[in-house]
Amino acid sequence: MYTFSNRLKITSLVLIIVGAIGWISSYNSSHHLTLDDVKVLLAEEDAHHGVAEVHDDGEAHAAMIHAASENDHHHEEAHHDDEHAEHVLHQMHNRPYAALYVAAFFFMMISLGVLAFYGIQYAAQAGWSPVLFRVMEAITYYLLPGAIIVLGIGLWAGDHLFIWMDPEVVAHDELIQGKSGWLNKTWFAIRGLIFIAGWSLYRYFSRKFSLAQDQADVNDNRNFKKNFRISAAFLVFYIYTESMMSWDWIMSVDPHWFSTLFGWYVFASMFVSGITVIALITIYLKSKGLMEFVNDSHLHDLAKFMFAISVFWTYLWFSQFMLIWYANIPEEVTYFITRIEDYKLPFFGMLILNFIFPFLVLMNSDYKRVPWFIVMAGIVILFGHYIDVFNMIMPATVGDRWFIGVPEISAVLLFLGLFLGTVFHALSKAPLLPKGNPFIKESEQFHY
Amino acid sequence: MGASKVIHALYTDDDVLMSAVKTVKAEKHHIEEIYTPFPVHGLDKAMGLAPTRIAIAAFMYGCVGLTVAILMMNFIMIEDWPQNIGGKPSFSYIENMPAFVPIMFELTVFFAAHLMVITFYLRSRMWPFKNAENPDPRTTDDHFLMEIPVHDNEKKLKTLLTKTGAVEVHVVEKEAH
Repeated sequence: MYTFSNRLKITSLVLIIVGAIGWISSYNSSHHLTLDDVKVLLAEEDAHHGVAEVHDDGEAHAAMIHAASENDHHHEEAHHDDEHAEHVLHQMHNRPYAALYVAAFFFMMISLGVLAFYGIQYAAQAGWSPVLFRVMEAITYYLLPGAIIVLGIGLWAGDHLFIWMDPEVVAHDELIQGKSGWLNKTWFAIRGLIFIAGWSLYRYFSRKFSLAQDQADVNDNRNFKKNFRISAAFLVFYIYTESMMSWDWIMSVDPHWFSTLFGWYVFASMFVSGITVIALITIYLKSKGLMEFVNDSHLHDLAKFMFAISVFWTYLWFSQFMLIWYANIPEEVTYFITRIEDYKLPFFGMLILNFIFPFLVLMNSDYKRVPWFIVMAGIVILFGHYIDVFNMIMPATVGDRWFIGVPEISAVLLFLGLFLGTVFHALSKAPLLPKGNPFIKESEQFHY
Repeated sequence: MGASKVIHALYTDDDVLMSAVKTVKAEKHHIEEIYTPFPVHGLDKAMGLAPTRIAIAAFMYGCVGLTVAILMMNFIMIEDWPQNIGGKPSFSYIENMPAFVPIMFELTVFFAAHLMVITFYLRSRMWPFKNAENPDPRTTDDHFLMEIPVHDNEKKLKTLLTKTGAVEVHVVEKEAH
């Protein structure tokens, strides 16, 4: 039995408070920005450019062409500058909302990925994993609050994140008008609640049956069988709703753009993050001597999953990228052009974090059994998938005004504190070994 | 090398075989070879065999495949006969790289897989026209055979093996190969 230590309680509370203070202060400072502030800022940036141009022939040449074309539209110039400044002001206003949303979504998706992994273990009647069930159940405890927070932020931020929520924009945009049967605020909220209700109901009953199975008679496997059935049903529900959730909560920030494998891509991201967190929490509890029944082979299997799903993520990332790059259709390719031009470092950096690093570090079979190797690879994977979510949300909301600064880091700390507090609270609620599971003996003796 | 005496013990169950291997190893006898109709999980560890190094070989073969793919496509698609495919830049490898990734992946896997199989065959001394070493055809059907060299301890070994659940135990003269 795990007891939620005071030190950890205080840590998560401190994280929440520090994160909240940091985020609120950055929210206030961006909220008080005015159009004049932005104009001053833009003028300063332009001045910088001017100096650079003198040293760079290529750019100077481009600037000349630009200047020539600007002369033709001289009367429009002043108006255009105002419009640009207003656009930048909007982006800067959006930044705290987007930072909060990215962090909230990231921790929610860890929970959701673990729930899918847990469902698969039951539906497949896996024999190796029951010793890890209590860790998984604790992580999925965060799903209900986490998902409600994400949906809440989405609705509260409104057109700061989802421009299709702005009636002014929709009135001038035929493409969004065509999609308004799906993309409208009411239907968005109802869909979100249906997703959350379905996931949470499964989570509630599965946990209930899992605990009831511990109390049941040795030959009474009714609770396990019930869990098997609802897990199979949940997985069907999950793969549809997860896909739709990713359209709603992520893809619709770029309402003109669409990708048919986007749901799978987000799934890969949440799956690998979820499995990584299972491994990290298991290693933590094992180091405290609370999960002696978890052996090297269990860690080896988790690390294999981390390795395999990292490759799977890369496969989907590349499939999405290459087809759009090759076809070069303007309305599709704009998605990657924004990312390559304005987000070069995070966009290509995440390939190193999410693919090359875990691929090389976790390739050797022996290293998958070394806890500190798994922890190191796991931290890099989690950071990489945070960047992945960042790359999905930020270009559409803040454009080239991005930075990983106070609002982003505070939002991560805030939700990290909330996540740790919730998960470790849930861990202390039940014994760490699900002793009634019919496969528990096989799982304890699992070796490879 | 001349002829040597070996003892053959046959089993009909992989679990019985596994416990027999553990007993024989505990008695400090050397197991020459075990013939099984299918791979038995954990048998190599129980026999005390050195861990396989095929993974290292596979990694190196994969690197060779990747290199071949890059050099091959650089020659075919960029240097020798640049083609305009879908308006993509055809005079630069790096700018055209996304289109080459599937082939780079395929050749990496192709080289790793095929060379690994060939290495495994050679390492197991199985090349074309080689006579089978398999001492008893039943090991390709439903029997497991453990081969232990005899050094003046025939009787002791026979009793030990019968006790471990062997269905047949016999001593044979083995030709060196």
